[in-house]
Order: sequence, then C-alpha cells, then structure tokens
Amino acid sequence: MAKRARYRLSRREFVNLVVGALGSIMGAVVGIPIIGYLVSPALKAQKSEAWIPLGPLENYPIDVPTPFNFTRTKVHGWERTVSSYGVYVLRTAEDQAKVFSNVCTHLSCRVKWREDLGQYACPCHDGFFDKNGDVISGPPPRPLDQYETKVEDGNLLIHFVEG
Amino acid sequence: MTEKVLSWLDERLGLTTIYSVVLDRKVPKVNWWYTLGSATLFLLIMQILTGIFLTVYYVPSPDHAYDSVQYIMTGVSFGWLIRGIHHWGASLMVVFVVLHMLRTFYLGAYKYPRELTWFTGVILLLATLGMGFTGYLLPWNQRAYWATTVGTSIAGTVPVIGPLIMRVLRGGTDLSAVTLARFFAMHIWGLPAIILAVVGIHLYLVVRIGISSVPTEED
Repeated sequence: MAKRARYRLSRREFVNLVVGALGSIMGAVVGIPIIGYLVSPALKAQKSEAWIPLGPLENYPIDVPTPFNFTRTKVHGWERTVSSYGVYVLRTAEDQAKVFSNVCTHLSCRVKWREDLGQYACPCHDGFFDKNGDVISGPPPRPLDQYETKVEDGNLLIHFVEG
Repeated sequence: MTEKVLSWLDERLGLTTIYSVVLDRKVPKVNWWYTLGSATLFLLIMQILTGIFLTVYYVPSPDHAYDSVQYIMTGVSFGWLIRGIHHWGASLMVVFVVLHMLRTFYLGAYKYPRELTWFTGVILLLATLGMGFTGYLLPWNQRAYWATTVGTSIAGTVPVIGPLIMRVLRGGTDLSAVTLARFFAMHIWGLPAIILAVVGIHLYLVVRIGISSVPTEED
C-alpha cells in the first residue's frame, strides 16, 4: 500500500475539482478565440522590403542632394493605402551614392534640403543636418537614416525595408 | 474576506432578494417546450456579443463593407467563428422566437393575466424580424443587395403610402450608401435598444406573474 492511498478525495472536493477543470476548459474555448480575434491584426507581420529603382545614376549631379519620391501600396485589413516616401540622393562619386530618408530622426517630420544653408532643415523643431546626414544642431538624436544602395547597369537602387 | 465583501454588497444591493425572487421563484411542473424563451434569451445574448465583436472590423460603407467582411472571414483569427455564430444564430433566433410564440399560443399562456407579456412578445418578434432584415444587407454582397431591393420594393406595394415607405427605408429612391448606413444604424442601435428595453419588461412580467402551467382537461 502506497502512503498516498491513505488520502481519500471527498465527494465535495472531487466535484469542485471537476467543475474547476471543466470551467477552465470552457473558459479557454470561449476566451482564446475572442482574444485571438481582437489581437491578431496587431500580431501579423507587416514587413515589406523591395529594391526600388531611382533611375540612372548619371541623372544625379555629383555632391548635390537631390530629392526623389516614390510610393508604396500597403494593405491594412480591408483597405489599400498608398503612401509616398521621399529620399535625398547624394551622388558622392562617379559610381557611388548615398541615399537618405527625409524622415527626421527626432519626431518623423520631413526634412528639406536648404541650398542656401547647405543643410537639411527640419521645420518642426529646428533640427539641422549636414550634407552627409549628420546632426548639426537641434533635437534629432541620430543622423538621418540611410538606405542600402546598389548600382546595376548604371541604375541606382535602394533597399527599402519597412515594418 | 470575500464573504465580508459580499455581505457588505448584499446589505446595500439586496442581492439575495434578487436571487430568491428571480431564481428561487416557484414554477409549476412544465415540459421542455417551456424552455424556448430561455433558449431565445441565450441566443440574443450570443447575438449581442458576437455583434459587438463584428463591429470591431466591419465598416458600413459601400467602399469597404464587402471587403471588411471578407477580411473578418479570412484575415482575422477566429473571424469566421464569430461571424459564423452571428450568421447562424440569427436564423436560429427567428426559429426560436417563432417556436416560443407557438408554444405560448397553443398552451394558452397568453391569457389573463399575461396579456402584456404576449403583447411585448409581439414587439420582440417584430423587432427580431427587423434585425434579420437590416442585418441581411450589411455584408453588401449580391444576395444582400438584391434581397434588400426586393424587400424594400415589397414595402413599396402598400397602397397610397407605399412609395413613401420605400423611400424612407432606402433613404432615397435607390439603394445606396445611405441605405447601408441607416440599416446599420437600425441594426446596431435602434432595434437593439428597443429589444433590450422590451426584453426587460418581458422578463419582469415573467418573474412578477410567474409562468403558466400546462393546461389540464378542466381548463
């Protein structure tokens, strides 16, 4: 006889146990779908990446930040949203270019290249970046984001990653 | 601790009184046909809950209604389940409301002193049918569109005021975004408000008067 056998489950305890177990199962059967239903769109991976062509590299003047705009279509649930993005292309050499996002690293306003200042200026909180995207003054915490670039057959492409 | 909290609440809310009046009330020995009202109430609660969850994603606009329903069915986890329960529950609701009415009629439960219970029941029956009619349009698919075209046209056959009724239902001469929006409004605000209020009266009367017993030979 094992020692454990001495302990006898009373009828009341047994019923409590069974009710508790069945109740938990039923709660899970009802609760999990509801939580999944409410939360699932937030958990879906909405990553998108692509190589976006910015045209022949030779179109861009050397050492002058030149704006380029493109659009991306995203599906949010039942809706397609077309978002536009802006970048600045800085052709540094005959076959090289840096491409900066025009999103200010402070609070996501759009920066503009000011030829008169020779700086990128963010109108929202007076953030300034130099030609290479480094912070000169103002609140931005880090330099302008850069895209990975490559040149294929004389065409400039950037690696666009989102999400 | 819990006991203390409960007795504190009980003293102020009269929970035990509510419990004994509502759940411990005397009922005559009856049969399974007398459970149809409770079954309908259960279905109503399911419809309210699943309906609330559907509004999380559904959009009552011609541009997005169909797509948002497709999104619920394929894009959201368990969306098919929530909409499926709402869809089938709607049909079951009509079935159970009608069966409940037939039981009340055939067993003579509508008679004195329960005329008002019957009367509120009639309102609930009509409101339930109204829920079915307005809800049918919301998926905004071909079936929904043409069913509502036909349904509102039927309303238009009423002598003299028919065309006016049809225009009011449609919110104009044709089925349009306006129709969808007003059907949606009636489906989630207007009719539920009526149903909840009248169900309250209906249940109050059931508790107050008590349910009827199965008629005997002497009745």
